[in-house]
Amino acid sequence: MKVPYPGAIDCDLHLPLPGMAQLAPFIDAFWREQFLTRRIDRMDFALTSFPARTPLGAREDWQATREGETPLDKLRREALDPHGTRIAVASILHGAIGLYNDDMAAVLCSAVNEHMARDWLDHEPRLRGSILVVASSPEHAVREIERVAPDERFVQALTLVMGDTLPGKRALWPIYRACEKRGLALAIHAGSLYRQAPTGSGWPSFHVEDYVGQSTAFENAIVALLAEGVFNEFPDLRVVCLESGFTWLPTLLWRLNKEWRGVRQEVPWLDRLPSEVVRERVRLTLQPVDAPPDGVQLRKTLAQIACDDMILFSTDYPHAQFAGEEALPDGLPDDLIRKILIDNPMASYPRLVAEKKGGRP
Amino acid sequence: MSKTRHVVARVDDVPPGTRKKIAVAGRDIALFNLGGAFFALGDKCPHESGSLCAGKVVGLAEADEPGRYRLSRDGEFVKCSWHGWEFGIRTGQSWCDPANTRARAYEAGVERGAALVKGPYVADTFPVAVEQDYIVIDL
Repeated sequence: MKVPYPGAIDCDLHLPLPGMAQLAPFIDAFWREQFLTRRIDRMDFALTSFPARTPLGAREDWQATREGETPLDKLRREALDPHGTRIAVASILHGAIGLYNDDMAAVLCSAVNEHMARDWLDHEPRLRGSILVVASSPEHAVREIERVAPDERFVQALTLVMGDTLPGKRALWPIYRACEKRGLALAIHAGSLYRQAPTGSGWPSFHVEDYVGQSTAFENAIVALLAEGVFNEFPDLRVVCLESGFTWLPTLLWRLNKEWRGVRQEVPWLDRLPSEVVRERVRLTLQPVDAPPDGVQLRKTLAQIACDDMILFSTDYPHAQFAGEEALPDGLPDDLIRKILIDNPMASYPRLVAEKKGGRP
Repeated sequence: MSKTRHVVARVDDVPPGTRKKIAVAGRDIALFNLGGAFFALGDKCPHESGSLCAGKVVGLAEADEPGRYRLSRDGEFVKCSWHGWEFGIRTGQSWCDPANTRARAYEAGVERGAALVKGPYVADTFPVAVEQDYIVIDL
């Protein structure tokens, strides 16, 4: 169904990949020359997880720009206006985060974040930003978070679900500490840097395996965050899973609770039901909805999740997740629609909470 | 319903830190000696009926923060032999779910043989001698 009233907060919306020419103004002289002389300026920096122009990458009807239309006009026409969106948390999934050269990766990430601020946020007050960070170099990531954080329009730091290590590992804690301190949510987006095979049994052969396997990666990430003690160490940190799906959550929570009872001594800081912690601290975006088209079954799944606070509205624009303007799956109860569209997002991002109160976080 | 006192073992048979599985009136019971005090739990985990007597006796693992481990209450818990659920030996209460999950706990005590000989009691499996100490369970 369509979003029934204005005011929605879209928590996962993607801006187009900027080319090197667009990033150049935000790159210093040394690196600009490096990119030119090393011919790196010709690369498009698309992540392997999100190749350009694949069928799932963007809806066919959303790929053409109309004549005389700017990219921002297009975004307004296709993603913001049709759903009556009041706030959209945008991200740019740029391949900079996959570079092995940490310095170059950091320079490009900074450029992408500046491009987001100057070329998008400055021109469209409905947009909020994601700080793209190089998770493989926590030192650079923290520096970038600290650099960008004074701009209150950035509400989260963004990493991919499959990187060098499992999310939650202690080497990554400086990133989480910086997020918590600055009132930024930790956004974990679907996708892989392919530093590891995306399955526990090596490399799959087909795109479908990679795509379906994302939900397993999110399960691993949530369990790792719990087990490593991230939620204990950072009591104010919120984790938002982007493009994760959520219908797999009930079985994960059942399994977690059950296994915790038998082996909780190895993680004694996890001193209450894991499902309670997940319900309090983890948020998941709506699209793509994996549920059957049948609303009755979707309601059953939601009842099993047993928490109305967890799902955040998202279009996942421009990915092909729904037809026309039907951004909401059928079968959602009215009060839950309101929570998903507005209340949950407003309560999940510390900076949106602060915005609502009219102050700084 | 009034309880019957059962003599279930000689004190010497269950030294401190050990446990013994016994059968009383058709029930399997796990008998624990915790520092000289005796506790009896139904030998049936409330989860799926695994034997508690066959489980490991452990302390309480806790942490003030991730990576800072602490063990207290040495030997006061038993982990079910099947799925590792922890139960307080003194109470039968589950550590993870104390409100809703508990193993059946029975009152256990020690009596001098001389006292028992006078009393009404049931000792199916062995004779009671006046000069010995015995573990008794009321159920």
